Amino acid sequence: MAGSIKIKNLSFSYTNTRQDLIFSQVSFDLSAGEVFCLLGPNGSGKSTLLKCIARLLTPLTGSVLLDGENLSQARPSKIARLLGFVPQSLVSAFPFTVADIVIMGRASRIGMVSSPSKIDRDHAWASMERIGIAHLAKRPCNRLSGGEWQMVLIARALTQSPRVLLLDEPTSHLDLGNQIKILQVVDSLSREGMTILMASHFPDHAFLNAHKVGILKDQSLIALGDPDQVLTQEILAATYGIAIRVLRVLDGVDRKICVPLLKKTNNCHKAQEENPSGACRIKMKGDKWNS
Amino acid sequence: MLVVFFSLCLGRVTIPFATVVKILFSSILPLEPDWSATTYSVVVDVRLPRILAGLMVGAALSISGASFQGVFQNPLVSPHILGVASGAGFGAGLAILLFDNLVLVHLVSFAFGLVSVGMTYALSRVYKTTPILMLVLSGIVVGSLFSALTSFLKYIADPMNKMPAIVFWLLGSLNHVSFKDILITTPIFIVCIATLLMVRWQINLLAMGEEDAKSLGVNTEILKTLIIVSATIATASAVCISGIIGWIGIMIPHIGRLIVGPDHKYLLPISMLIGAAYLVAVDTIARTALATEIPIGILTAIFGAPVFAFLLRKTQKAG
Repeated sequence: MAGSIKIKNLSFSYTNTRQDLIFSQVSFDLSAGEVFCLLGPNGSGKSTLLKCIARLLTPLTGSVLLDGENLSQARPSKIARLLGFVPQSLVSAFPFTVADIVIMGRASRIGMVSSPSKIDRDHAWASMERIGIAHLAKRPCNRLSGGEWQMVLIARALTQSPRVLLLDEPTSHLDLGNQIKILQVVDSLSREGMTILMASHFPDHAFLNAHKVGILKDQSLIALGDPDQVLTQEILAATYGIAIRVLRVLDGVDRKICVPLLKKTNNCHKAQEENPSGACRIKMKGDKWNS
Repeated sequence: MLVVFFSLCLGRVTIPFATVVKILFSSILPLEPDWSATTYSVVVDVRLPRILAGLMVGAALSISGASFQGVFQNPLVSPHILGVASGAGFGAGLAILLFDNLVLVHLVSFAFGLVSVGMTYALSRVYKTTPILMLVLSGIVVGSLFSALTSFLKYIADPMNKMPAIVFWLLGSLNHVSFKDILITTPIFIVCIATLLMVRWQINLLAMGEEDAKSLGVNTEILKTLIIVSATIATASAVCISGIIGWIGIMIPHIGRLIVGPDHKYLLPISMLIGAAYLVAVDTIARTALATEIPIGILTAIFGAPVFAFLLRKTQKAG
């Protein structure tokens, strides 16, 4: 399964002018089976970049080449066969069952005037089993938990049999267990050769399973490369505007982790000045600072 | 089918079931006529066209309602959302005022139904796309414009003659449907309904949202336009021969969802069948319940509102 992707000089603006650009001159390459993690503060344009790559939005300049083929000239159905897009959140007005939703992934292979066939149902079933949600097939989608819903959307994207999978913040608003379950799925898909681009709010996820990381801030990629080398304390602090430490955990894991720090509040400073050896505490009722 | 036969039997003159069956088959089988010419005329000339119209109007409004609800991702949408009814109502009022010809009234109301939706569509077009929200808002704007114009027509119309005609037309009735109307509208209904039935699975995709459908490889602009145009023409045809019959387009898809679930692949056919049977049943009540005929639009609203309220409560509890 091929799936190399080449992104060249991508720029985008909602008003189609060179003023207020969301991002400009974004370029990077991925080879088949690589996991790319896109980091950046809220509103930096991560989702917009993914949507430009998926051609849901038309970029102002630049091109996306998938295995050498320029996606800007491809029809929507062609793009959907090469590239699966998992949206950040999706609300359905109607209580479709999980099976109904997963089979929608076959839309690009079903003509405009026909319905899913046995083959389509088999594909949908296979991807539900692959993700481990086959037991949910008959469940209405309004009775799914956040983690289950995300799995359903991934299964639907797999039903497209794409070479590249784009995930827009797949782990946002999920609990720790579900976050890691999603990363597990991403990891095993990449081992099977699928190329994956995912936007994330967690630098730790980049350390956990990404081959490449990019940081989108102030309209451009301010960092790009191997997570271990790129995600330094300095760049993360600049990205998120907070104090942050990057530590290496050796204890049987050997991986880097991010440790964000809280700035000391004024009250605390004062207390420390007056009592340099004392640890900073939260002031509580009845507490005496200078005892 | 059963509803149709009962409806043929009942009326000011009650005709035995067996006679109705015999009359219907007399055109294809050589049966000895044991019925009077009046009876024959009541069944074939008066009731049959009316029932055929009821079937088609009910089917068209229900299937259009189900389609619109899917495309607009909102189960509370009615087929009149884009201003078809107001436009067609104004057209009919204008034609009643200017001419005295029933066929012209139907044609003009059909034309204005399409004009109003055309205006809605043009108004909502931004950057070569037609976002759903803009469509709905434009529909409200165009709808209220034509409602106001219709009120103006009522105000200037001759209060003895023309004004009641306009008001009755707006209340909706299958009373003045002729075989000619049916001959003209049947092909239109068939084409529109067949188109909607062909793309019925694809309505599921649009029901997930436009961007999502696009990411699945759907050409949303073409699909959306196809569905809206078919559903609009079907609704305009229904409105032009029967006046404004409310509630069916909202209520029937909900009943359909209770029976077959939300998948439009099954929802559209079932809504069509229920809608057709329901309208013929209500029309039968409309012409038999009282000595004078009750406008059917009033009846569908009287039945529709409580049934819809019940359905809403029920789905709220289930969800």
